[in-house]
Amino acid sequence: MRGAVSAHFSTLVRKFSRFTGKCLAIAPHLGFPVRGGADKCAEMTDRPTEIVKFDNVGLRYGTDPEVLSDLSFTLFPGSFYFLTGASGAGKTSLLKLLYLAQRPSRGSIRMFGKDMITSPRTRLPDFRRRLGVVFQNFRLVPHLSAFDNVALPLRLSGTDEAKVLKAVSDMLEWVGLSHRAQAIPETLSGGEQQRVAIARAVIARPQILIADEPTGNVDPDMALKLLRLFEALNNRVGTTVIVATHDVHLLKKVPDSLIMRLQKGRLSDPTGALRYPPQPSAAKASAKAPISKKGGV
Amino acid sequence: MTKPSLPDEQAPGAPPMKGSTSARLLPQTRFGGPIPWVIAILIALVIIAAAGGLALRNLADNARADLSDAVTVQIIEADPQSRTVQADAAARALGDHPLVTSVRVVPEAELTQLLEPWLGSGAASEDVPIPALIDVELTRTATASEIAQLQSALDGALERFGTSARVDAQSSWLKPVYEALAAMQYLALALIALVAFATAAAVWLAARSAFSNHSDTVEIIHLLGGTDAQVTKIFQRSVLRDAAFGAVVGLLLGLCAVWLLGRQFAALDSGMIGGGGLGLLDWVIIGAIPLGGVMLALITGRITIRFALRSML
Repeated sequence: MRGAVSAHFSTLVRKFSRFTGKCLAIAPHLGFPVRGGADKCAEMTDRPTEIVKFDNVGLRYGTDPEVLSDLSFTLFPGSFYFLTGASGAGKTSLLKLLYLAQRPSRGSIRMFGKDMITSPRTRLPDFRRRLGVVFQNFRLVPHLSAFDNVALPLRLSGTDEAKVLKAVSDMLEWVGLSHRAQAIPETLSGGEQQRVAIARAVIARPQILIADEPTGNVDPDMALKLLRLFEALNNRVGTTVIVATHDVHLLKKVPDSLIMRLQKGRLSDPTGALRYPPQPSAAKASAKAPISKKGGV
Repeated sequence: MTKPSLPDEQAPGAPPMKGSTSARLLPQTRFGGPIPWVIAILIALVIIAAAGGLALRNLADNARADLSDAVTVQIIEADPQSRTVQADAAARALGDHPLVTSVRVVPEAELTQLLEPWLGSGAASEDVPIPALIDVELTRTATASEIAQLQSALDGALERFGTSARVDAQSSWLKPVYEALAAMQYLALALIALVAFATAAAVWLAARSAFSNHSDTVEIIHLLGGTDAQVTKIFQRSVLRDAAFGAVVGLLLGLCAVWLLGRQFAALDSGMIGGGGLGLLDWVIIGAIPLGGVMLALITGRITIRFALRSML
């Protein structure tokens, strides 16, 4: 009897070692630095290999022609993407699909390993809380102060008010708006509103940060500073960043970034960001993503 | 400059926002809008209708308690002496009946007094024959067959006089009165139902209007991860505020109206109207109307907002 139990236990240990070995072997390809240990392996197996996966997605508004057609791509955790394209190419429509403001007319979208098409709308808030969005027209709540606007994602997720106070104060100081904390949006300049919108988007440490022309209304110094904040989130927290922009100069400011280009609702892939398996540049970018998301920026 | 600290990652599934926080998400207006006042008027109407309905119920109950367990026996005989003898014989016959608890032959003087307002001093003269009346109280409201039994018992007792008596069940002649009172109670109930419906409709319109006015804010809250429950709670606070204000004002208006009407009816000094006074339980019911109104407004507001949210992703 004791022999049978011992043999069974040995088999389990062998299977686990084989599994651990496989995890350690594939980890670098998934962009996770190998730190060793079964616990890390378990953590890695919990994480999706892709954070966003579009498959043959099309979008039309009403009976109009499709504004997005045949979009198939995969975004990897911890990568930094720029989405470029001329006005009317469909950048904002694609971002709307990404920040779950719109369902596609066809195709499938998986995010965080879950099918967003079949997920009931009651499940969407949980996914939305993992996103940070900088809207093109900021979309600040007009009667709330800058402080309350930035605090909104934290309050919606039930964060303790003391933590909200600290985090929002720090964030407003960082974007240079401490002195405007109690100002309502209509009294803020375009650039200030944009900084409030960015602060609101990043305050809850999103897994994916989606920004629609985030530096359009700020001076070059502030644009660079905000971009560094996105990079810091990307590097230290592992946030996947997607920035839609017209500004070609901005693309050069983040050297490891990947570029998705939209042309008339269709996607081209100049840096190989969207191919699977990821191209060397894409793998390099995704390798930045750490395992742990604990700790501040 | 140091980089900002960020709070820990939040677990999925949001606890509700604190009340003061959710209250700030919609701009608060003064009570200048029409809805609190519409609710106040509707609640006042419900209170008046309910007070009227309860008063009618009490009036009917009192009348029924006084009159429904009784019959009146009428003996028509021109000869006063024979009439008295017949009345006594009938009273004896009725007294032996198991359904009867008491029998009282109404004295002729009392009858004359009752008729005097209509017949004047002629009521006392022998020229106008007055029937003998016997008030009979029963153990309970008699059925038609039991009334027939009483009638046959009387017929047997008066057979030797060659006359007969007529039994009038008061419940039968009061039946149209009871039916009229019941109809008025149903009318009050229907009025309450209609006003409740109007209140719900007013709240529905107000909630829809508030929702469309603040749809941009709602969409932002949704896109930042706000749940339907959180958005609904924000609007419910607004509805609660308006409804509570309307309920208090409506209660005061309604109570003033009921008090004034009560005073007017009390001035009539009529025995029957006196039976329509409101008891403690009635006042408790009236006091519960504003609470019911607030609950109705909250439920309507909640359902309206939930349905409106379903149209959003």
